[in-house]
Amino acid sequence: MSVPVHLRIDGVETRAEVDRPGESLLGTLRDRLGLTGTKNACEQGECGSCTVLLDGDPVCSCLVATAQCEGRDVRTVAAVPGEVRDAFVTCGAVQCGFCTPGFLVAVADLLDRESDPDDARIRESLAGNLCRCTGYEKIIEAVHVAAQAMSTAAGSRGAEADGTPRIPSRSHLHRNQWINVDTLPRGEAEIGEDTP
Amino acid sequence: MTFHRPAGLAEALRLRADHPGAVPLAGGTDLMVALNYRHTRPEAILDLTGVPELREWSDEGEAIRIGATVPYTRIVADLAADLPALAAASLTVGSPQIRNRGTLGGNLATASPAGDGHPPLLATGATVHLASATGARTVPIGEFFTGPKRSALAAGELITAVTVPKAQGPQQFLKVGTRNAMVIAVCSIALALDVEARRLGTGIGSAGPTPLAAPEAERLDLPWTAPHRLSDAAVAEFGRLVAAAASPIDDVRSSADYRRHALAVCAARALRRTWGAAFERSRV
Repeated sequence: MSVPVHLRIDGVETRAEVDRPGESLLGTLRDRLGLTGTKNACEQGECGSCTVLLDGDPVCSCLVATAQCEGRDVRTVAAVPGEVRDAFVTCGAVQCGFCTPGFLVAVADLLDRESDPDDARIRESLAGNLCRCTGYEKIIEAVHVAAQAMSTAAGSRGAEADGTPRIPSRSHLHRNQWINVDTLPRGEAEIGEDTP
Repeated sequence: MTFHRPAGLAEALRLRADHPGAVPLAGGTDLMVALNYRHTRPEAILDLTGVPELREWSDEGEAIRIGATVPYTRIVADLAADLPALAAASLTVGSPQIRNRGTLGGNLATASPAGDGHPPLLATGATVHLASATGARTVPIGEFFTGPKRSALAAGELITAVTVPKAQGPQQFLKVGTRNAMVIAVCSIALALDVEARRLGTGIGSAGPTPLAAPEAERLDLPWTAPHRLSDAAVAEFGRLVAAAASPIDDVRSSADYRRHALAVCAARALRRTWGAAFERSRV
């Protein structure tokens, strides 16, 4: 006998039939609903690849039973603002990419709570997300770039007078590899030259 | 498929009595791992996250009563002033994702010797509240742990809350691990100083079959009336007594020898820090 669970996923009211009491939210998203943006890596809460927001808080979806989610709000990588995704592309904060959806969700949540976090705060907030490729420096840089892009988009601080996001002073990017993610269409970030 | 979703404590306790094979589930940071890896296949699950009585903490004057399913994130955010050691320990649990789900009640139910929440509860003399369909009882934290992953929690019972006395002086929680997050303690220690009562409370983690206190270290004669006279020898002796109270083993995380050494160092450090914080003014 299965149990119906009604939950909202990225703003869409969804009904899932769960037939195993311990079925995880991760399993439901990927295997039952075909929403494969959320990645399955360790299944023990160690790596953060499956991070989603549950009622606004980052959680490992592998550790949440779907049947616990009746009436609850789930946000996946598909709901992450384009500025965050583009910043990861711009900064080369992606290598194999498997951890990336979890990082994007965690970063979007951090920037939703704090518009301009410092390195220590970023490291603490991302402590539950493991990346075995990049060594984290470019990921941290991407958070700064995303923070600036988002505050620029919101018409606030963190940008030059013309609205161009500032390159973080600790940037590892070569100067002429800088691009203004804000001027690019979402999802089409490319490496440009000599800007700004 | 049976997934019980009680909407209140009375219903949860009735389900607990009627379905002994149903495993209680809160934040899932232990049970879901076992389920994902097929280490356990319970016939049913009893979800406690919908029970409002377990989800809140309350100020009881001398103590804070923390509902069993209050997540660590809220303990850190709400209770750091009244329960500094517990809040500090809660901040070392897992990662933000884990702290958003993991609960003190779950930590106690698992009763791992390495549970980060346990040393502060021992150091402060907390009380565990248990309930069943037929009644409720309390167990002093010192009597709660009965063996590795074994506790006084009986069949048919649920952990409903923990009452933790408010800090009566400076407190410390120190944890040794291989990194600052997502780490199971190599060893840990909590220290609570009660300046008025001239009492030291201790709690040791990951260095014995259960979390434990160091009663002999707590009885060490310290210069309460002339605090500036706290000698290096007394501090070292305190560390030695804490290490002597532990009965660590060699395992994948550490050797017994290193655990004893680290405990002595951390205990001495915790004593210096709490003592210094308590008597800073009288030192001038």
